[in-house]
Amino acid sequence: MADLSIDFLGIKSPNPFWLASAPPANTGGQVIRAFEAGWGGAVWKTLGNPIVNVSSRFGGVDYQGAKLMGLNNIELITDRPLDVNLKEIAEVKRLFPKHAVIASLMVETKEEWKELIRRCEDAGADGLELNFGCPHGMCERGMGSAVGAEPKVLEEITGWVLECAKIPTIVKLTPNVGDILEPAEAAHRAGARSISLINTVKSIMGVDLERMVPLPRVGDASSNGGYCGPAVKPIALHLMAQLTRDPVLGRDIVYSGIGGVTTWRDAAEFIALGATSVQVCTAVMHYGYRIVEDLIDGLNAFLDERGMKSVMDLRGRATGAYKDWGDLDLNYNVKARIDADACIGCHLCYTACMDGAHQCIHLPGRSKAEALKAGHYHVPDHVPAVRVKAPGAFPERHVPFVDDHECIGCNLCALVCPVPGCITMAEVPGPIGKRETWNDRAAAGRDWVPGGLEATRIARGL
Amino acid sequence: MTAAAAAAAGAALPEGRLEQRFTDYKPLYRPAEAEAEANRCLYCVDAPCIQACPTEIDIPTFIRKIATGNVRGAARTILDANLLGYSCSRVCPVEVLCVGACVYNAWERPPIQIGRLQRYATETTLARGGIAGLYARRPATGKRVACVGGGPASIAAAGLLALAGHRVTVFERKQVPGGLNTLGIAPYKMLGDAALREVEWVLALGEIELRTGVTVGEGDLSAARLLADYDAVFLGLGLGADSTLGVPGEEGPGVHGAVALIERIKADPTFDLGGARTALVVGGGNTAIDIAHELALLDLEDVAMVYRRREADMSGYAHELDYARRHGVRLLEDRVPLAVLRDGQGRVTGLRVARAQGGKPVAGSEHDLPCDLIAVAIGQARATGLAQAFPGVALDPKGRVVVDPVTRRTGHPKVWAGGDCVNGGKEVVNAAQDAKLAARSIDALLRGA
Repeated sequence: MADLSIDFLGIKSPNPFWLASAPPANTGGQVIRAFEAGWGGAVWKTLGNPIVNVSSRFGGVDYQGAKLMGLNNIELITDRPLDVNLKEIAEVKRLFPKHAVIASLMVETKEEWKELIRRCEDAGADGLELNFGCPHGMCERGMGSAVGAEPKVLEEITGWVLECAKIPTIVKLTPNVGDILEPAEAAHRAGARSISLINTVKSIMGVDLERMVPLPRVGDASSNGGYCGPAVKPIALHLMAQLTRDPVLGRDIVYSGIGGVTTWRDAAEFIALGATSVQVCTAVMHYGYRIVEDLIDGLNAFLDERGMKSVMDLRGRATGAYKDWGDLDLNYNVKARIDADACIGCHLCYTACMDGAHQCIHLPGRSKAEALKAGHYHVPDHVPAVRVKAPGAFPERHVPFVDDHECIGCNLCALVCPVPGCITMAEVPGPIGKRETWNDRAAAGRDWVPGGLEATRIARGL
Repeated sequence: MTAAAAAAAGAALPEGRLEQRFTDYKPLYRPAEAEAEANRCLYCVDAPCIQACPTEIDIPTFIRKIATGNVRGAARTILDANLLGYSCSRVCPVEVLCVGACVYNAWERPPIQIGRLQRYATETTLARGGIAGLYARRPATGKRVACVGGGPASIAAAGLLALAGHRVTVFERKQVPGGLNTLGIAPYKMLGDAALREVEWVLALGEIELRTGVTVGEGDLSAARLLADYDAVFLGLGLGADSTLGVPGEEGPGVHGAVALIERIKADPTFDLGGARTALVVGGGNTAIDIAHELALLDLEDVAMVYRRREADMSGYAHELDYARRHGVRLLEDRVPLAVLRDGQGRVTGLRVARAQGGKPVAGSEHDLPCDLIAVAIGQARATGLAQAFPGVALDPKGRVVVDPVTRRTGHPKVWAGGDCVNGGKEVVNAAQDAKLAARSIDALLRGA
C-alpha cells in the first residue's frame, strides 16, 4: 500500500481527495459523513455575507444516454448563518483532527476579510481558500470571478489576506480569463504560495424551446451559471498545467486541481500534471461520498503497480511532457491499425475518415472506379476482404482497411470506434529519420513561413 | 506453492471426460466487453442486486471499479463478501438473484450481466496470482479447526479461518476436493478444472491441510477424535446418495441417480452413455433440468423430463428450463413413474407411467414411454449419520442439521455447520454465506471474544 497522505503547504491530509467548496461541503453533518466515507479533506461551502438563493439552481448536460457529463449551477455562497458554519467547522475538527478542513471565503472590504479570517482561525480551520472564481451572481457584486479576472484587484485582496492570515491560504482561480498566467502571477506577486483551479466555467445549459427561456429556468428567465463536471476536465488540466510547467509558478506554488474529477484515473492525471491535492464536487453530487473508496483503492493499486511508494512520487511526472507545439517531434509517425478480431463491422471509422479526415479507410469489395467515386483520392492495389470475426457479427460484413499511404495518423478513427482497443495507432518509422521539431527547423533557417510564433513576432515588429 | 495447494493441484481431473465436450454458455468477457457492460451500471444506492445476493456482495461498487479500470479492487470487493466469488459468478442462478433484481428489469431494459462481470473481475485477477496476493493473513493463533467435507462450504470456511491465522484440516471422502462445485456443476456453466483451480487459490491462503480419500466417522477418525484433537469443527457434509423411485425394474444398468450420473460425465473418463439415443429424466428440480439439458447437449435424439405435477409447480428455475428447452428438452407434465421396462437382456426399453392429477396417479391411465436411459432426480438422502455422531448436533424433521441463524453454530458448542447439510440443498452462494458466518463465529470464539 502506497502512502497517500499529503502535506499541502502545511495542511496535512490523509489522502489527496478533498471535497470542493460546493453543496457536498455545505454542512458539518455532510462533511462528517464524507470523512467517515474516507475523504481526506473538505473545502467548506464559501462563507461570506448573507445571501439569498433562487429556486431551481442546477442544469445538466447528458450525452447520448450518459447523465451529467456536465453540471452547472446558479447557486451562490452559503445561505447558512456564519455562526452556525463556524461552530460546525470547530466540531468537525474536534472529531477529525487529522483531516483537512479549509474555509472558503468571499467578502468585500479589507475589514470584512480580516474579521472573517480571524473567526475561521478561531474555529480551527486548517487553511483558507479565497473564492476568486464564482462566475455567477457574486461576480455581479464585484466578488468571485470579478476579482479573479482583474489581476490588480486579486493581488490587492490576496495581499490583505496574507497580511493577517496565520494559516495557509489557497487562491482559487476562475477559468473565465484570457490568460491564466495573469491572475496566477498576480497571486504570486502578492505572496501566495498555493493556488486551486479551476472554478466553474461561465455557461448557459440550454434553452427551453417551449417557453423560450434558457436553462436552468427560474420562472420566466435564467442566468449564466458555472459549468463543471467531466466535460470541463480537459480545460482544467490545461489551465493547471500552464501554471505547473511555468518555471516560477511551478516552483513556488502548491496546487489543488479541480475540474471533473470522477475516478482515480482523473485524480492521477491531475497529480501527474502537478497537483498535490484534488477537489471533487460533481461526481459526489451525482453518486455520493461513497466514490472515495475507489478513488483511494484505485490510486493505491496504480501506485503499487508502478512501484511508487507515495502519491508524491506521482506528482508532476507528466508536467515536463507538456510542451509548446513547436517543440513536438515532427518525425513521430503513427498509422491506424484495426484489429480484425475485435471489429464489429459498424464502419463508423470509415465515414469519420472519409468526411472528417483523410479518406484513407477503404471498404473492401469495391472496384477502383467505385472507390474513386466514393471520394478516395488514392486507391491501393489490393484492399484485402477480411470478414468481421466477432461472434454474432453479420456474416457478409467486412473489416475496413487502412491505406498506410494516405493515413496521416490523426487518431480520429480510433476515437470514434465504439469497441475499446479495436483501433490502435501503431508507431512506424518517421519521414525525417531523426527527431526534429519545428523550432529546430526555424532555428536552422529551414522553416519560417507561414505562421509560427517567431515569424509572427518578427512580422509584427515585436 | 504451499504443500496444500500442491496437493489440490495434484488432484487434477483426468483427460477424456465427457464434460470436456461442452462449451461455455457465458464465456469470459473480453476487456472491452466488460468495460462496456460495467459502464451501463447505474451504480444504484441500497441496490436491489445486493439485497438479492445471499452473501451481500457490494455489486455496484465492484462494477464501478471495473469501469474505472481498478479490476483488482473489483475482485477484492467481491471476495471480501464471498470467498467463492469466482465459482459463484459462474454457477449462481443470477437470473433469480442479482440479475433478476437489477432495476433495469423494471424499465424493460436488459439487466446488467452481473455474473459475467463478476467472473471477469475474479478470473482476471486470480489468474494473476491467486487470492493470497489480495489479502494479508493474520498472525498464527495456534488454534486448530477441522472442516468435515471438502465441498464449497468447508473450502470457504477453511480459507477464511486460515486467513484469520488458524490451522485448518479439511477432510474429504473423495479423491478430489470441491464437492459439487467440482463434480456436480453443469459443464456448460463450469468445468471441474475451474472449480479445482479455485480450491487451489483458497488453500494457498494459509495453513490448510487437505486430506482427501478419508472418511470421518470411520476407523480412528471418529467424531469424538475430531472433537478431542481440534478446537472447533465445521460440518460441511453436503447431501447423501440420490433417492430412488422404488419401482420395479429400477435396479440395473441404464437407470442412474442424477447426481451420480452428472459426476460420471464430469469426472470419469471411462464413462460413456452406452449408445443411448433417448432418455427420460424423472423429477422437476434443478438437478433434473441440469441432467436433461446435459444429455440433450450430448446429442441424444430425444430427452424428456417426466414430472408428476405441472410446470408451474416445479422447483427448478424457469430460466433453466427455458435454456434446456432451447436445446430440445421436452417436459411431460402430470406423469407418475410406475415401472422401468427392460428387454430380455436387461436393457432399459422404457418407463411405464400413469397420468397424474395433483401429483396422484389416475387409475387406468397407465402407458409406456420408450427410452433407453433413465435419470432419477427426485432428491438426495441427508447425511444424517455423521452429523448425529457429534453429541448435541440436532436434525430437523427433514434431516437437516439445526444451526443458529446468526452464527451457524450447532447444539454442540465446538461444532458449526453450513451448506447443503443445513439447507437441504441450495446454491454454492448459500454455502459461502454459511461459511462466512460460521468462520466469523469460530474466530471470535477461538480468540476468546
